[in-house]
Amino acid sequence: MTRPKPNPALRRLAAVVPAGRILDGPAQLAAYESDALTAFQTRPLAIVVPETQEEVVAVVRFCHAEGLPFVARGSGTSLSGGSLPVAGGIVIALNRLNRIRRIDLDQRIAVVEPGVINSAVTAAVQAHGLHYAPDPSSQPICTIGGNVAFNAGGAHCLKYGMTSNHVLGLKAVLATGEVVEFGGASREQAGPDWTGLFVGNEGLFGVALEITLQLLPRAECFHTVLAGYATLEQAGDAVAAIVASGLLPGAIEIMEKLALEAATAAVHAEYPPGCEAVLIVELEGPREVVAADRARLDALLAASGPVEVRPARDAAERMAIWKGRKSAFSAVGRLSPDFIVQDGVVPRRRLGEALRLINGWSREMGVRCANVFHAGDGNLHPLILYDGREPGALQRAEELAGRILRMCVEMGGSITGEHGVGVEKRDYLPDMFAAEEIACLKRIRAAFDPKGIANPGKMFPEKGAPALAHAGLHPLEKAGVISRE
Amino acid sequence: MSTTLQPVSVEELAAAVRSAPRVIATGAGTKPRLSAVSADIVRVSTAKLAGITEYEPSEFTFTALAGTPVREIRAALGERGQYLPFDPVLADAGSTLGGTVAAGINGPGRWRYGGLRDFILGVRFVDGYGRLLRLGGKVVKNAAGFDVPKLLVGSAGRLGALAEITFKVFPRPSAWRTLRLPAADEAAKARLLAELGRGRWELDAVESVVGEPIVFTRLGAPEAAIDALAKEITERFGGAILGEDEAAAWWRDAAEFRWTHLGGAWAKFPLTPSDGPAFAAWVAAQPGARARIGAAGNVGYVSWPGAAAPAECPWRGVLLRGNGPLWPGPRRDSAVAGAVKAALDPAGRFPGLED
Ligand SMILES: Cc1cc2nc3c(=O)[nH]c(=O)nc-3n(C[C@H](O)[C@H](O)[C@H](O)COP(=O)(O)OP(=O)(O)OC[C@H]3O[C@@H](n4cnc5c(N)ncnc54)[C@H](O)[C@@H]3O)c2cc1C
Repeated sequence: MTRPKPNPALRRLAAVVPAGRILDGPAQLAAYESDALTAFQTRPLAIVVPETQEEVVAVVRFCHAEGLPFVARGSGTSLSGGSLPVAGGIVIALNRLNRIRRIDLDQRIAVVEPGVINSAVTAAVQAHGLHYAPDPSSQPICTIGGNVAFNAGGAHCLKYGMTSNHVLGLKAVLATGEVVEFGGASREQAGPDWTGLFVGNEGLFGVALEITLQLLPRAECFHTVLAGYATLEQAGDAVAAIVASGLLPGAIEIMEKLALEAATAAVHAEYPPGCEAVLIVELEGPREVVAADRARLDALLAASGPVEVRPARDAAERMAIWKGRKSAFSAVGRLSPDFIVQDGVVPRRRLGEALRLINGWSREMGVRCANVFHAGDGNLHPLILYDGREPGALQRAEELAGRILRMCVEMGGSITGEHGVGVEKRDYLPDMFAAEEIACLKRIRAAFDPKGIANPGKMFPEKGAPALAHAGLHPLEKAGVISRE
Repeated sequence: MSTTLQPVSVEELAAAVRSAPRVIATGAGTKPRLSAVSADIVRVSTAKLAGITEYEPSEFTFTALAGTPVREIRAALGERGQYLPFDPVLADAGSTLGGTVAAGINGPGRWRYGGLRDFILGVRFVDGYGRLLRLGGKVVKNAAGFDVPKLLVGSAGRLGALAEITFKVFPRPSAWRTLRLPAADEAAKARLLAELGRGRWELDAVESVVGEPIVFTRLGAPEAAIDALAKEITERFGGAILGEDEAAAWWRDAAEFRWTHLGGAWAKFPLTPSDGPAFAAWVAAQPGARARIGAAGNVGYVSWPGAAAPAECPWRGVLLRGNGPLWPGPRRDSAVAGAVKAALDPAGRFPGLED
């Protein structure tokens, strides 16, 4: 491939950042073509790798002045094409803005730059008995900036909420070039919740430069149980019984058979034999509370007709349960060259019905689908397997994905619980919102970004689909660094 | 005298908004400064827009019309062993759900799991174009579209008129204990608040009265666990466990703001625990002012004997009752705030963000 002539806009951009910040070699561009939804690929004009907040501000102001589209990027682990580059635009890679600026143990906050890795926050404070609660499975690699843009979730959302519930304030440069500060160090606020509006903007408002996170005391005690069931319905009924009992577990997760087989093969997880589904429930809190709740949970599980109940007897057994759970998707991924992860939400009471429908369609269409999901939140994560080399396979996978999304909306749920709309689900936004509602969201977007230069082509339906291709696992998944949930 | 409309359906609410060039939605008027705007404005009362429209205990969610009294919601949830953990305030005084969201204020229980903003899931509201829009979701988890429900928390009716709101709820702990802990002065109090916040006990609420050497904290836990936790705290910090009636009265007084001067100005200020001593000194310098610090030092409420709020406040806050600017304290202007206001309400049908 020949190197294109230096673009005049890039030459001018080079004048606003120190030397060495702009990458535009073919190999460098190729590395940023996709995020973790590798079915979509677009080659950007260039990658800018700023090292300071001031440099980010200068780049965004330049983009605003020139009308040059930009896509902010953390680690590129988005599963919905959120950090997919825009043709003719630049990518602002924020990984070098990875400083933890301040930790205040009395106020229990950390002020971090957007390129800080999620698990680095907990690593920095765990010696003080604190942690940062949101725990997406990608946490060893994804950034706080990406988490903020997507309002990332994890396995513990039922009790602790999403990223948004842990962001107290932030500083950002908007697509207009304006630098704003929303919220602050307090857990309370006065006036409209601008911080809350910013979190989950999918990169359409501007670039987060500094984020104030709330830290929580690490729970003193955990009780993690794995229960195997002969049928999925029984696992679902157990969830309903737990919820109805008034317990508030930190996590309630379900893995279906295909996922169990894959996790067994990949990380040597061991599950009770003869089970169609496994339920994982985790209680946590002060030891006296866990002891009291545990007695109730044990009784509920015993009455739910399990094949076997296995409580974790120590920290190592607890970690093994979570390892099996968190690796399940990449493990299933190894069964197939390509896959799509959906993350629609249904009302919890309709989980059983939803799974029956999905499995029925999967059989009918001949598309394999594994289910591993946040049962406590009704947040499905069907993993749709396909082989992109097979003609029509991607289209069939997308057709199944589409049916699942519409089903979620029809059941009164959502097209996305935590992975965002991105490029992937933008055409489904009208299934969830009326035209006037989408128009309202677009007007809000225009208030932050009148020129439409911040991550254009995402969230809102548009004419012209981005290039679809097929590819396998994210490079980091292939390397076994991360796994998807 | 200004006109008041009383729509009885969400469609009528939208029509009411469209019917006049300047309108504001009002609830029970328990935070009167929020709707104290020029007299020529048409007031759209949500008094007849009341009732729980959906409640699924198994989903941990409910949806109610904006005018529904918080008291009614508390009772309905209580029957099923559930609650709104942020402790909606002024329930006995008649506050409505919509007014509570628009005011963005939380009760003492907000300490444990977060505030109103952390439990709101979705809204139906009328924007400045007079259109009834539904944003957010009805399930406990949803990431589609911008989080407009959160933006409307604390927006004081300036961005739209709330019609219906969906919330997440939690199971209510079976037992409660209230502890009264000593703290020699405001500096010792700030240290105690920080220590309580870092502890293993998962406290439900941590409150203190400015000028009194005491911190009140509440535990919510299973009956079988609660006494051991309460005992450990009093052994460590001194103090005593309150009797049930005394405790109930104290928290009612706190959540109902009965400690404020009747008719006097009353404001909320977000704080950090380290602000405590300076905040206490500022309050002490104002004759007759009373104040409380809640959420383990994250919020201060001040009540003044007269209707006028002081001209200068060192912290940015919101004036809930009395005369003075809606947002006392240092200004924080941003062009984008005005642009978002214009996006939702281009003709300025609702009062301005600074009115
Ligand atoms: C194996 C695997 C497991 C996963 N598990 C989960 C899970 O359990 N829960 C979950 O919620 N998600 C999960 N994800 C999805 C993904 O990790 C999250 O969406 C994450 O928040 C993305 O972070 P990132 O740093 O990779 O962001 P990127 O992918 O680089 O970017 C994501 C979006 O954020 C924007 N953005 C990035 N930084 C900024 C910034 N500073 N300012 C403004 N916008 C910005 C981008 O433009 C883009 O729209 C998983 C992904 C993988 C690959």
